[in-house]
Amino acid sequence: MDLALTADQETLREVFADFFASEAGPDRARAAEPSGFDSRSWERLLETGAPGMGLPESAGGGGASLGDLGVVAEELGAAIAPLPLVEHAVAGRLLAATGACSEPVAEGSDIATLALRPARDGICHLVPAGAVARHVVALDGDRLVLSSSGAPGVALGNHGCLPLAHRSIDGATVLLEGPGAHAAFDRALDEWRTLTAAALVGIGRTALDLGVEYAKERHQFGKPIGAFQAVQHLLADLPGLVDGARLLSAKAAWAGDSDLDSSNGVIDLGSNDITDFATLAGMALVFAGEAAATTTDRSLHVHGGYGFAEEYDIQLFYRRARAWALVLDDPARECRRIADLLLATSEDAA
Amino acid sequence: MDFSLSPGAADFRDEVRAFLDAHLTDEIIATMHRTGTFNDKGFNGALADSGLLAGAVPGYGDRDPIELYVLFNELEKAGAPYDGLAVTMLVAGVINAVGTDFQREHVLAKLLTGRFNCCLGYSEPDHGSDVAAITTRAVRDGDQWVINGQKMWTTMAHESDWVILLTRTDPDVPKHKGLTMFLVPMDTPGIEVQPVPTMATERTNATFYDEARIGDEWRLGEVNGGWSVMGVALAFERGVMGGTNPAVPLLRHVRAWAGGAPSPDGGLMIDDPLLRERIARTAIANQVSQLLTLRAAWIAATGGLPGLEGSMAKLYATDRYQQAVGWFQQMAGADGLLDFDTDGAAADGWIDYDARHSPVTTIYGGTTEINRNNVAERHLGLPRAR
Repeated sequence: MDLALTADQETLREVFADFFASEAGPDRARAAEPSGFDSRSWERLLETGAPGMGLPESAGGGGASLGDLGVVAEELGAAIAPLPLVEHAVAGRLLAATGACSEPVAEGSDIATLALRPARDGICHLVPAGAVARHVVALDGDRLVLSSSGAPGVALGNHGCLPLAHRSIDGATVLLEGPGAHAAFDRALDEWRTLTAAALVGIGRTALDLGVEYAKERHQFGKPIGAFQAVQHLLADLPGLVDGARLLSAKAAWAGDSDLDSSNGVIDLGSNDITDFATLAGMALVFAGEAAATTTDRSLHVHGGYGFAEEYDIQLFYRRARAWALVLDDPARECRRIADLLLATSEDAA
Repeated sequence: MDFSLSPGAADFRDEVRAFLDAHLTDEIIATMHRTGTFNDKGFNGALADSGLLAGAVPGYGDRDPIELYVLFNELEKAGAPYDGLAVTMLVAGVINAVGTDFQREHVLAKLLTGRFNCCLGYSEPDHGSDVAAITTRAVRDGDQWVINGQKMWTTMAHESDWVILLTRTDPDVPKHKGLTMFLVPMDTPGIEVQPVPTMATERTNATFYDEARIGDEWRLGEVNGGWSVMGVALAFERGVMGGTNPAVPLLRHVRAWAGGAPSPDGGLMIDDPLLRERIARTAIANQVSQLLTLRAAWIAATGGLPGLEGSMAKLYATDRYQQAVGWFQQMAGADGLLDFDTDGAAADGWIDYDARHSPVTTIYGGTTEINRNNVAERHLGLPRAR
C-alpha cells in the first residue's frame, strides 16, 4: 500500500505541469477552437518524448506504466491542452502489442488514435482525434484493423471542440482476428477509459481552483462571495469528488499495470473488494466524468454571469468536462455494462 | 501508487474475516437491532482475546496502523455491532495521547480487553454543532471537581464504564478557552442515564449530572485545555473508524433481494436495467468512499493527522448512502416499507432499516454543514463565515 506518487512520477508531474502551462494551456485551447488541436504544441510535445513514453522499450518507447501516463494525463486535463495525447498513447500501445507500431507513431510525428466504437458499414463514427490522426485502430466485426488513410484535418463542430471525425476503414490492414482481436481492443479501450478519467481529474482540479480563486476575489455586499456559507458549501463538496476520482483512476491504472483481469482479479460486490481492471476502468471513467461535470458546473455557477461569458476560462473547462467523458457513451449505459461485470460473479452470502 | 494491502495487513484482514465468520452470528445482529445497543461485550472480548484489538487504538502500540482501518472497515461491511467498540477505542487513543500514567494504567489497559466501554459526552440539549458553547459546569473543590449539567446523544452511556466529558471550568473567558475534559467513571454518584429512542433501531441517551464528584486524577489534559483534547478526539473520529462504508451491507442486501424478487414488469428485479444501473452507481460510490477512507488511514499510518481527509470521506460517503437508500427503497415498492419482523419485507427488512438509519449519518460525528465549513475554511482557504 502506497498512495503517494513515486519520485519519478513527481518529476514527471512537475515537468508536464510546466510544459502544458507554458505550451498548451487554456489560452492555446481557446485559440485552437473549434478544431481542438494545436499543431505547434504537438511539435513541441514530440521533443519531450511524451507520445512514445507509454510504449514498451522494445518498440522504441519509454516503457512508462499506465500509472505514469495517468500522471501526465491529469496535467494535460488540468491545462485542457488541445493535444490528443491520451488517444495517441493508447493507440500506440495497442499497435505495439500487435507488433505494428511504426517509428513515426512511436515518435509522434504520425498521430494515431483509437475508434471507440466498432465500424459500421466500413465507417467509424465520431472518432476522437479522428480529425488529426493519420492512423486509426478500429474493431471491424471480429477483426482489429489499422487504417492509415491520413487525417482529414477538419473536425465536426462539437460541444467540447474535440477534433472529432468520422473515419472510413476502406483498405485497412488486418492486425488481429477472432477473440484475440476483441481482447486487445477491450484492453485498449479500458486504457482509454483510465487515462481519460485521469484527464477529467485534471479538469476538475483546475475548475475547482478557478472557482475558489474567483470566490476570494469577487466582492458583493462588502465582502468576498467566498465568505458566504451558501457559496462555500457549493465548493466544499468538490475536493472529495476530485480526490476520489484521482484515487479511483489511479487504482484502475494500478490494476491495469498489474494485469488484474477476470482470471486473477477480484470482483466481490458484497465486501466492496474490486481489483479487476475492466471493472475499475469503467468505474473510473463514470466517476471522473461525474466529478468533472459537477465541479465545472458549480465553479461556473460561482462565477455568476461571467462564467457564462466566453472571456472566462471556466466555460472552456465546463464544455470539455462533458465532451471528454460523453464521447464514449451515456454513463447510464456504462453503468449497466459495469453491473454486468459486477453481477457476473456468484453472490456472497448476504 | 500501490493499492494492494501489505502481506501483513492482508493476513490481518483474513484473520478478521475468519473471526467474523466464526463469531458474528445472526443472533448477535438480531439482538443489536432489537435492543438498539450496537455493542456486544462478549463479541468485543472475543475480538480482544483473538489479538485483533492490538492495533485498534489510534496512535497506540506497534501494530501497522493500517490495521485500524482494516478492522473497522471489515466490521462495518459485515454489519457487526461496532459503534460501542469504535468509540471506546477512540477514547483509548485520546487517553494514550493526552492521559496520565494513572489513566493509562487504570483505564487504557482495561479498554484493551474489549470488556469495558466508553462514551462521548460533548453535545448538550442546547449546544450541538456549536459544541464550544456547552454549559455543563465543573467546579473545583479542593482536589475534587463537582459536576452539574446535562449531556445529550450520549450513545452507549448505558453500557459504559467511563465517559469523556467536556465541561465548562471558566465561564469568564472566550468560550474555547474555558473548557476542561474529564474521564468520568459512570458509577459516580449523581449521574443518571435516560434512554432516548430513535426512529431507527438504535438507542441513544440523555445523561444528567447532579453534584457528581470526581477526583482531579480523572482530568484529561490541562485545566481549560479541553478544546485541544477535543481536537485530538475529532481527528481520530472522522473517517477512519467506520461510518464511511454504510452502503456496502445495503448493496449486499439489495442484491440478495433482487436476485429472488419478481419484478412487476415480469422477470426478476435483478434484470431491471434501472436497478442494475443503480447497483453499479452505488458500487462506484462504495469504491470511492473506501478509497477516501483508505487515504485518511494511510495519512494516519504515515504519521499525519487526517482530519480534513476524514471530513471529505464522511461528506461523500454519507451523501451517497442516503441517495442509494432512496433509490432502493423506491424500487422495492411497497415491500420496501416492511420491517425486520414482517414476512415479505424486501431484503428481509434491511431497506426499511437503512431508510430509517441513514438520516442520522449526515448529522452525528459532525454534521455535513460543519464538515463543509472545515473543508471550505481549512482546505480551500475561504474566509471564515461565522
